[in-house]
Amino acid sequence: MAHVPLESAQTHSPELVSEHPSEREPSGPRERGDASPIVELVDIHKRYQTGALSVDALRGVSLRIDEGEFVAIIGPSGSGKSTLMHILGCLDHPSSGSYHLAGVDVSHMDEVQLADVRNRRIGFVFQQFNLLGALSACRNVELPLVYAGVDRRERKQRAIASLARVDLANRSEHRPNELSGGQQQRVAVARALVNEPTLVLADEPTGNLDSSSAADVLGLLSELHRSGRTVVLITHDTQTANTAQRVVRLRDGLIQSDEATPHGGSRS
Amino acid sequence: MSLVETLRSGLEAILGHRLRSALTVLGILIGIAAVILTVGLGEGATSSVNSAIANLGTNLLIVTPGSSSSGGIQGGFGSDTTLTYADAKDLSSRIDCPDIDAVAPTATTVANVTAGTKNWTTLIIGTTAAWPTVRSRTLAVGTFFSAAQVKDQAGVAVLGATTAEKLGLGANAIGETIDIGNVPLTLIGVLAPQGSLGGTNEDDMVLLPITLDQSQIQGSDSVQTIFLKADSQSTLGAAYTEATDELLSVHQITTPSKADFTITSQASIEATATSVDKTLTLLLAGIAAISLLVGGIGVMNIMLVSVTERRREIGLRKALGATPSAIRRQFLVEASVLGLAGGILGSSLGLLGALILPHFISTTIAIVWWAVAGSIGVALAIGLSFGVYPATRAARLTPMEALRSE
Repeated sequence: MAHVPLESAQTHSPELVSEHPSEREPSGPRERGDASPIVELVDIHKRYQTGALSVDALRGVSLRIDEGEFVAIIGPSGSGKSTLMHILGCLDHPSSGSYHLAGVDVSHMDEVQLADVRNRRIGFVFQQFNLLGALSACRNVELPLVYAGVDRRERKQRAIASLARVDLANRSEHRPNELSGGQQQRVAVARALVNEPTLVLADEPTGNLDSSSAADVLGLLSELHRSGRTVVLITHDTQTANTAQRVVRLRDGLIQSDEATPHGGSRS
Repeated sequence: MSLVETLRSGLEAILGHRLRSALTVLGILIGIAAVILTVGLGEGATSSVNSAIANLGTNLLIVTPGSSSSGGIQGGFGSDTTLTYADAKDLSSRIDCPDIDAVAPTATTVANVTAGTKNWTTLIIGTTAAWPTVRSRTLAVGTFFSAAQVKDQAGVAVLGATTAEKLGLGANAIGETIDIGNVPLTLIGVLAPQGSLGGTNEDDMVLLPITLDQSQIQGSDSVQTIFLKADSQSTLGAAYTEATDELLSVHQITTPSKADFTITSQASIEATATSVDKTLTLLLAGIAAISLLVGGIGVMNIMLVSVTERRREIGLRKALGATPSAIRRQFLVEASVLGLAGGILGSSLGLLGALILPHFISTTIAIVWWAVAGSIGVALAIGLSFGVYPATRAARLTPMEALRSE
């Protein structure tokens, strides 16, 4: 598997990193602490208002995730982990607090700017795969590049290369319904990687898979981590969370614990 | 996202939901085909009626008797016998009626005609030498009878093309003898075919001098119709006034409202017929327009359902970096492509119908190009305008709530 340095992703939008020139330094294996922060959440609150009823989903979450980390966010349902994932993925605004993604404050961006940040910075892997049934695997993987305005030939090349990374190059013209669940999720991973994102966000990626496909997909995420990518895995399952290097436990909208797993800090 | 990419996404979505797309297109298709066929039907009827009326002859005035009254029962127009050959002769006077060019009274009856061993029952029309001029008719063979032959009650006849055929009289039959009752007539000419007008076959008739007809066959001096030809279109009004005044004076009627005759012009018949046809066309087009509107609402409905059904897709596309305007454009493109497809298929169906249907029903359907172009445009406009609301709704969905939906 090719090692793709982070810089290649950042060259897509130099304006986003201009405030932090230090990020442009060559990346490589580092100890936690001296790496540049990819995610910096400070006192994030999120309140949902439904009529007279208001729910505080997040009640002051501060979290720093460094470049190259593999972090699992774990918690029971209602703990606020989905809300946190939406905020991390720039799918939703926090009610208060600040969020810097790769050094850029995204907490006050408008919808169009956020669309651009999601497009260039974040690769999503969802529990439901969320592949478009009418499109081939290749076209599905191409989608982020379509919105990034990449021309057709380059899109095709990059989509095929991305599919090759998940060992599905020979399935590029298959429709999702012609693929197994595990294969579909791998296509989704290929799609998440195609834009060389700063952050890969996997929301319960194994929730709809049998155990062997689940192990397969988790293995793939670990591989991404080993190749230097920053991966955040959201799950309710402790065992799944232990694949990661660091586990952040959420409860009632607050971080309950934040600790390294037995193999935390190591990259192998 | 470029226009090409937007188009491509739209087409992919359309092809990905074949049944739904087909049903949407069908709604528009039917509307468009209906518009083209109904407008074509209306235009076809108008033009065929107009050409039939034009065939009556140009600059024509038609004088018919008033209604008869017998024992308190009013007959219809033309049922009276107040018009005579003498009236026609008065109207021919260039002094009293300077703007009337030619006058042709017709005394019509139905009788059996024999020629050798064949016989045929048809209209027997007694008229004058001016008839071919007034009615814009020409002869296929032979000559029409002259004013002198009318005056002399000459035993001559001119046949319509159908009548000649039914009696077995071909092109070389000039000079043959035909009999009406026991009146022998020498065939001197056959009319060129004309076609039918309002159910009357203009090719099935026997024409003979009115003088002979009235004395030997009808036994009365009344005529059913007097055809008047004005010098030109511009003198038609003057001719109308002159004819009215002349007939009122010879019939010794002082109150015009009590006139025992009616004068209509070819133009007024045409205007009436045209206005009836226009009304009919408008009515049909109105119905078709409603079906088009229903088709448009169908597009909106299906697009709205599609937005609801595809919340996940919208959410996903947004998560992958689609801006609200990219989503809006995608749905607009889908709606307008569906509209346009409906328009093109509908016009093809309409045109096909316009070509095929006249073989099965006895009407002409005109191909009205403005209706074809217009309805394709309207279909596109329907797709666009009825797509705006669903597209806006799709664009407004936040990626999160769209992704969450099942």
